[in-house]
Amino acid sequence: MADTISFLKPREAVLSRRAAIIADLTELLPPECLVHEARELVPFETDAFVSYRRLPLAVALPKTTAQVAAVMKYCHRYGIPVVPRGAGTSLSGGAIPQEDAVVLGLSKMSRILEVDYANRTATVQAGVTNLNISEAVGIDGFFYAPDPSSQLACTIGGNIGMNSGGAHCLKYGVTTNNLLGVKMVLVDGTVIELGGKHLDAAGYDLLGLVCGSEGQLGIVTEAVVRLIAKPEGARPVLFGFDTSEHAGACVADIIGSGIIPVAIEFMDKPAIEICEAFAHAGYPLDVEALLIVEVEGSEAEMDAMLKAIVEIAGRHGVKTVRESQSATEAALIWKGRKSAFGATGRIADYICMDGTVPLGKLSYVLNKTSEIVERFGLRVANVFHAGDGNMHPLILFNANDPEDAARAEEAGNEILKLCVDAGGCLTGEHGVGIEKRDLMRHQYSEADLNQQMAVRYAFDEGWILNPSKVFPLDGRPAA
Amino acid sequence: MQTNFTLAQLADPHVAESEKILRRCVHCGFCTATCPTYVTLGNELDSPRGRIYLIKDMLENGRPADEEVVTHIDRCLSCLACVTTCPSGVDYMHLVDHARIHIENTYRRPLMDRLIRDLLAAVLPYPARFRAALGFAKLGRPFAPLLKRIPALKPLGAMLDLAPKSAARVSDSASPGTHAPEIEKRGRVAILSGCAQPVLDPGINEATLRLLVRLGVEVVVPEGEGCCGALVHHMGREEQALTFARRNVDVWMREIDKGGLDAIIITASGCGTTIKDYGHMLRLDPAYADKAAKVSNLAKDITEYLSALDLPRLEPKRLNVAYHSACSMQHGQKITMAPKNLLKAAGFTVRDPGEGHLCCGSAGTYNILQPDISEQLKARKVRNIEATKADVIATGNIGCITQIASGTAIPILHTVELLDWAYGGPKPEKIPAG
Repeated sequence: MADTISFLKPREAVLSRRAAIIADLTELLPPECLVHEARELVPFETDAFVSYRRLPLAVALPKTTAQVAAVMKYCHRYGIPVVPRGAGTSLSGGAIPQEDAVVLGLSKMSRILEVDYANRTATVQAGVTNLNISEAVGIDGFFYAPDPSSQLACTIGGNIGMNSGGAHCLKYGVTTNNLLGVKMVLVDGTVIELGGKHLDAAGYDLLGLVCGSEGQLGIVTEAVVRLIAKPEGARPVLFGFDTSEHAGACVADIIGSGIIPVAIEFMDKPAIEICEAFAHAGYPLDVEALLIVEVEGSEAEMDAMLKAIVEIAGRHGVKTVRESQSATEAALIWKGRKSAFGATGRIADYICMDGTVPLGKLSYVLNKTSEIVERFGLRVANVFHAGDGNMHPLILFNANDPEDAARAEEAGNEILKLCVDAGGCLTGEHGVGIEKRDLMRHQYSEADLNQQMAVRYAFDEGWILNPSKVFPLDGRPAA
Repeated sequence: MQTNFTLAQLADPHVAESEKILRRCVHCGFCTATCPTYVTLGNELDSPRGRIYLIKDMLENGRPADEEVVTHIDRCLSCLACVTTCPSGVDYMHLVDHARIHIENTYRRPLMDRLIRDLLAAVLPYPARFRAALGFAKLGRPFAPLLKRIPALKPLGAMLDLAPKSAARVSDSASPGTHAPEIEKRGRVAILSGCAQPVLDPGINEATLRLLVRLGVEVVVPEGEGCCGALVHHMGREEQALTFARRNVDVWMREIDKGGLDAIIITASGCGTTIKDYGHMLRLDPAYADKAAKVSNLAKDITEYLSALDLPRLEPKRLNVAYHSACSMQHGQKITMAPKNLLKAAGFTVRDPGEGHLCCGSAGTYNILQPDISEQLKARKVRNIEATKADVIATGNIGCITQIASGTAIPILHTVELLDWAYGGPKPEKIPAG
């Protein structure tokens, strides 16, 4: 197991009361909602950032907001850390627990409570999957726009925690732009509601503060999300290039010309090969870089936008342009793209970076990324949201070789620093978690971090909510 | 993901195989979303990723199975929806097979559980015993509600509920012999009679025989064929499963030597998944590895075989058919379009129920051994099917037929029964008049 990133030292006072805590939780929750047998805790020791693992003290899987509140109230009273968990798909280790923590999993709260087309909203429990929302309203011509690649499995609660994005966020914005309200349990068990079915609430935008707070300000149990009418049509088009530079420059030019397609996704050759092997989507295998550009609207709108994009691509030496010919083909193109990370598992272990850079720097950062990875003797596959500069270099390594794993981590850190130095940021959509925590000082000054921690402190002065995450472990205010 | 096995552990070919499978998993969690038990229970321990982790922990530590691990592995339907979903290509099927064998070898189940499993393994694979048991079931049915109130006896109650209400007709479709083609011969196949299916619904293979001979295919019902072994295989009783497999391999190899076989036709997709895996199951047996691989290659679902025969397109009929794809069909054998295309070509209007990837809860003996989860899945499946407002349901697996029939008034048939009717066979009794 990798160990460069440390966790907070478990609280002795909590560990020594383990049996009593479990006995108390048994009183608060039905038997099927509490996991505490040693064997059964093991599968909760990590999320999709699988290099790091810590066994939790117990796992609570409440079915109601009232049960969440009861567990929070109890943990607050005794200073027991709480690590919220949706589907455990975090790539930054946001849901990895620690030895003195109770995992609060929302997976049993997965119902869609209300669909309100008149107000174009859906009210859902936090454990509902992202895709389930779109599936529930799809038949009526609506969808929920943010679409992380893990949308099949990830929960809306986790999306709110990480302010998740996705391929289609180029046009529709990320979670925060599509979230209208939440029901949230505060650290002491108080249940509050923020926002509602309206676009903005009076007073401070506390909802904006909660979205992306990585489970450190409270536990969201319900959300009101915005529904959007599906476009008349949508067409992903594949653009193949001879070099990544050309593809990168093309992206900057498309956006710079004022065109906003729904999505511009980038894949380099290794990524194309990986995705094609899984999805058989017909990606061109004879190009060095591929852009998936999706346009939507009426046929005339799509044609007009595509014409403009093809023209721009022509100026950047595009080698192949291929439109999807059917809905099935379009679905395959997206299936391949959205399964890219998992499909990488067919050839190697990986860690996935999430830095975001100004579009003008895409080619520069891609080149530097290759250099860095090569210097560490590793391989990289790039597949990412090019339209908004959100890069996802997948660093390939062998998890059974500790030295290889350490090199991958080091290379990753260098790449993230590169993104920041290029004028970008550490994370576009995966959150800081533990993965980027110790790099936060590369992005922010002490003063910046202190201000953020002051906000956190105002919500949770005992630092029990997801405590090992986001902020470097040293230099924190005393709990 | 990282694994931690010693070289000594990896010397065991089963462990070595599982290690390879585990190394492919990147713990992305996609599989949780399409797992029927995770969707129903909302606990990662009852999801593929949770089970993979439990199995990994058990095997790495070389531990015997224990109550906790067994509980969650037992709840797995082996529907293999996770395998369809997994982008990394994790071979969950063979991993869970290994776990089940490990459980069977290292864990002593509670008495009632043991007895019920022994009973199922001793009765279901043998048509004569199964037929006799159904007679007893009729007598026992009044006690089902009582049995279901006692947790340890619930499986017995579920068993009685599932037993058909009327006595099964004895059919000669399972009698060994050769059925000559009615037109010029275009192929020669063996057909698997199976174990439970000929007792529960002999009409399925009767329809298959009629249709194939009408299409010019010589069909052999080989002497000595028996249960494919799936039932005990899924209980982790590997030796018994391999005995069944070897016997069938011998029988079919004999037929191949006699006159060649273009295919071994299977009309229950649950059996098909297992027979197509014979090559893998017997890979470590030098005397059988090659023969088993050959048999696996010849094994074809009836709809796969019919698809290659280029059947003529027929006039549309006014019958809406909800096609239920058995898990063993869509996930186990990856046959998704063939049955629907055949039905459409034969003039039926085919409707796809929502959540088609989710299991109906039948899953071999699952509806007997895990009646609570099975009931919930059945209700969900029936809701989705009934929402299509179809006139009849078609599917390709006897387990699903029994399960779904016990939850809805819409008639359910095997796909091949509809095809036989469309291409000149008698109208199935289950089709509503009009």
